[in-house]
Amino acid sequence: MTKAKRIAIRILPIPTVLLALLIVWYIAAIFLNADQAQSLMDPDAPQGFAAVARATLSMDRPVLPAPHQIAASLWDSVFGWPILSPRNLIYHAGITAGAALLGLAFALVLGIALAVGIVQLRVLDRSLMPWVIGSQTVPVLAIAPMVVVVLGNLGMTGVLPKAVIAGYLSFFPITVGLVKGLRSPDPMQRDLLHTYAANEAQVLTKLRWPASIGFLFPSLRVAMSLALVGAIVAELPTGAQAGLGARLLAGSYYGQTIQLWAALLMAAFVSLAGLGAIALLQRATIAARGGRL
Amino acid sequence: MDAILSEPRVDRPSAPATPAVLAQGVSISFGEMPALSGVDLTIQHGDFVSLIGPSGCGKTTLLRAIADLVQPSAGTLLIHGAAPHEARLARAYGYVFQAPALYPWRSVARNVMLPLEVMRMPKAERVARAARYLDLVGLGGFGRKFPWQLSGGMQQRVSIARALCFEPGLLLMDEPFGALDEITRDGLNLHLHRLWRSTGLTSVFVTHSIQEAVFLSTRIVVISARPGRVVQVIDCDLPGERDLELRETPAFLAIANRVRAALRDGHSYD
Repeated sequence: MTKAKRIAIRILPIPTVLLALLIVWYIAAIFLNADQAQSLMDPDAPQGFAAVARATLSMDRPVLPAPHQIAASLWDSVFGWPILSPRNLIYHAGITAGAALLGLAFALVLGIALAVGIVQLRVLDRSLMPWVIGSQTVPVLAIAPMVVVVLGNLGMTGVLPKAVIAGYLSFFPITVGLVKGLRSPDPMQRDLLHTYAANEAQVLTKLRWPASIGFLFPSLRVAMSLALVGAIVAELPTGAQAGLGARLLAGSYYGQTIQLWAALLMAAFVSLAGLGAIALLQRATIAARGGRL
Repeated sequence: MDAILSEPRVDRPSAPATPAVLAQGVSISFGEMPALSGVDLTIQHGDFVSLIGPSGCGKTTLLRAIADLVQPSAGTLLIHGAAPHEARLARAYGYVFQAPALYPWRSVARNVMLPLEVMRMPKAERVARAARYLDLVGLGGFGRKFPWQLSGGMQQRVSIARALCFEPGLLLMDEPFGALDEITRDGLNLHLHRLWRSTGLTSVFVTHSIQEAVFLSTRIVVISARPGRVVQVIDCDLPGERDLELRETPAFLAIANRVRAALRDGHSYD
């Protein structure tokens, strides 16, 4: 196989799927918007398929906006305004991403503390683990308004309640992954430290923690996505003026479907950027460990 | 700790009265299941003692008891005159497991440094020791490699360097070459023998290979099938400096036959 061929095989699948997706999207947009477009058209104008189709792809508030409309809106809201303007989508993405990152930091602190506690102390294993699992059965949509109200009464507004909700949602995969990782060393690896008369803290830092790093990265990926979901959901009940959640809410209130989709796409980009950062961190860790995690 | 580290290696001629390992009536059982019963054993300083017996006879259990990894249910066990627990806290022995048990996220040199880190030795000294002991097992220059880049035999040599680098007075080895091929095993036996010759380090070696036991040991302790008892202790008075060719000589084969006979006796105890 030639080199060009190999590269083609690696790269081609992504644009192929994208192309298929776009075709399906355009067809869906034409059919979903047809009724509305027809009712808005000049009754005297010709109403052939081509004319209706053209109209469905250039509406102000379509049921399903066409990809090029979303792209144009995204382009305009990113490059058409100063970066700190509330009409710039990057500004909103930054606010949500900040809350998600702070929430992820909370989740890491809480997740690591819980996992170490659960692994080191049998009492905590019995008493805390059911609560950790139970905490995830409560829907975040129910928790979010309560957190906002309670923290608001304590004088905490803005990024903090959002970060708390994001952290609440994302600590769970970190705790579960780390508990598994901290327990992963085999008896021989533990006996070895025992023969050196190592203390518990040394067993944790020299064996359990480094052994759990491989388990941390998958957890971190899930936690990152959940933190972003948490931050967006937290912006819905707060009536926030800024953030991707606020844009989504405003878009659905006023039937601004194009704005809604643009915000949605931006959220996906933020999530991808987060996953990319974690991938880079993982690559650096692997390099520092001589090529294996 | 400093006292332990600077303790001179004692050769047989000047051996002190306290034996390196003293077992009197040691029995070990796991729940209802007896693993060892009434073991009496004395290991002098500078000895290379092999524990040999059929699979599951408790020879590994005896080694683990010496290392304070399991507790005897009866009898007395003394390491350098102290209880195993105290000996472990004083870092009196280095232990080589059946598998290399290297930490895959650490480079070879940092694996060797692991016990030194636990013992809070200064960094410069750790680096120097790791280099010196990797040289000693013939792996100088491999310090920056990672365990997965080394063959099984090399990995086990790293684990021996790791057991030696804090200079314990006793080396405990649990079938360290059991998983290796015959040729690698021969090479490592020769290497281990020369290492022991040059250091005079008291060693206890668990194996189920008669040839390996006779080649390496000054004394061979034959243990019977479960529950393990000491069937016979055979002196292995072959010449000091040994070569692999020694294994073809009548003197070697005579001792090997005595060990084989004792092992057979041990089996019939069942």
